[in-house]
Amino acid sequence: MTPLRVSIAAAIASVLLLLVVFELIRSRRLRERYALLWLLTGVVLLVLSLWRGGLNTIAGWFGISGYPPAILFAVGILFILLVLLHYSTVISRLSDQSTILAQRLALLEERFRASEDPGNRQRVP
Amino acid sequence: MTEVLEAASGVDARLRALKRVAIVPAFNEEAAVTRVIEELRAFDPGLDVVVVDDGSTDRTAEAARACGASVVRLPFNLGIGGAVQTGFRYAWEHGFDVAVRVDGDGQHDPSELGAVLEPVLADEADIAVGSRFIGGEGYRSSTARRVGIRLLAWIVSALTRQRVTDPTSGFQAANRLGIRLFAADYPHDYPEAEATVMVFKHRLRMTEVPVTMRARESGRSSITAVRSVYYMVKVVLAIFVALFRRRAVPLE
Repeated sequence: MTPLRVSIAAAIASVLLLLVVFELIRSRRLRERYALLWLLTGVVLLVLSLWRGGLNTIAGWFGISGYPPAILFAVGILFILLVLLHYSTVISRLSDQSTILAQRLALLEERFRASEDPGNRQRVP
Repeated sequence: MTEVLEAASGVDARLRALKRVAIVPAFNEEAAVTRVIEELRAFDPGLDVVVVDDGSTDRTAEAARACGASVVRLPFNLGIGGAVQTGFRYAWEHGFDVAVRVDGDGQHDPSELGAVLEPVLADEADIAVGSRFIGGEGYRSSTARRVGIRLLAWIVSALTRQRVTDPTSGFQAANRLGIRLFAADYPHDYPEAEATVMVFKHRLRMTEVPVTMRARESGRSSITAVRSVYYMVKVVLAIFVALFRRRAVPLE
């Protein structure tokens, strides 16, 4: 059985995570779109830490008889991996978009300069 | 010339006195956008039309330019929230008194604009929204979607202490105050319900008017079956957070 103190500590940590995420959204430092996975992490960890019988059962399925809270670590790590993978896709999209922005800006700047100073335009020999 | 046309087409005298613009967000709507612009011109020949092309991969921008609309082309897809905000920024920076938003897919019927504009012209509201669910008939979307809309309507009504029947409607008119708020801050992803709560938080006057909407003629809705779960979770979270969020800094 999971030690009571482990359950309490894990529950407090999950609630803290949820509160921090909520405050970050509220203060506009985190967009809902990127907060959903964090909120899910917090809720799942909270449920697993409070539902002590369930944690034992799940530990049993995976053949962990000695120390059921190991499931909390496993689930925590799984969610961290998911969040990281999600962020990798987000970063990829952002880097594609910043490439497009830089290109658009450079092209506009060239067009702007050419229209400002027509005499300096490249001449075809 | 335009004035003669306006008088002939029976454009409201209060509207004629104002600098007015129609914001048309469009993503891959080359088939529908031409008709929307023509119908806007038929409603009011003096209405400026700005099409916000949200990174379309088809000929939406060319089609809109061929009809004489101004086109603001986003370098990549920002989603409806970012596109609409771009339109309100345009309206704010160009000093328009009134802006209407009419979607580029053709589901908002420009001939209904008189009704949507009425509360704004009468100075009874800063933002007026066309609702499918007050008495009206016509296209009201699928059953599943209607249940979702009813649920959102209930939450938004409770939070704003005001009856809101169609919190997902993007068929709206705004005066200078409304333009300023939406130019400064407009929600991302699926913005309308959250925007309603935002308007309430900023103590702007908002009202709904009955309109009939049409089913889209071409293209696809951005909300597919899989996304609808994300949609509900995101929107419900967003409207709750919007209540506790500090206000946006207004534009000068």
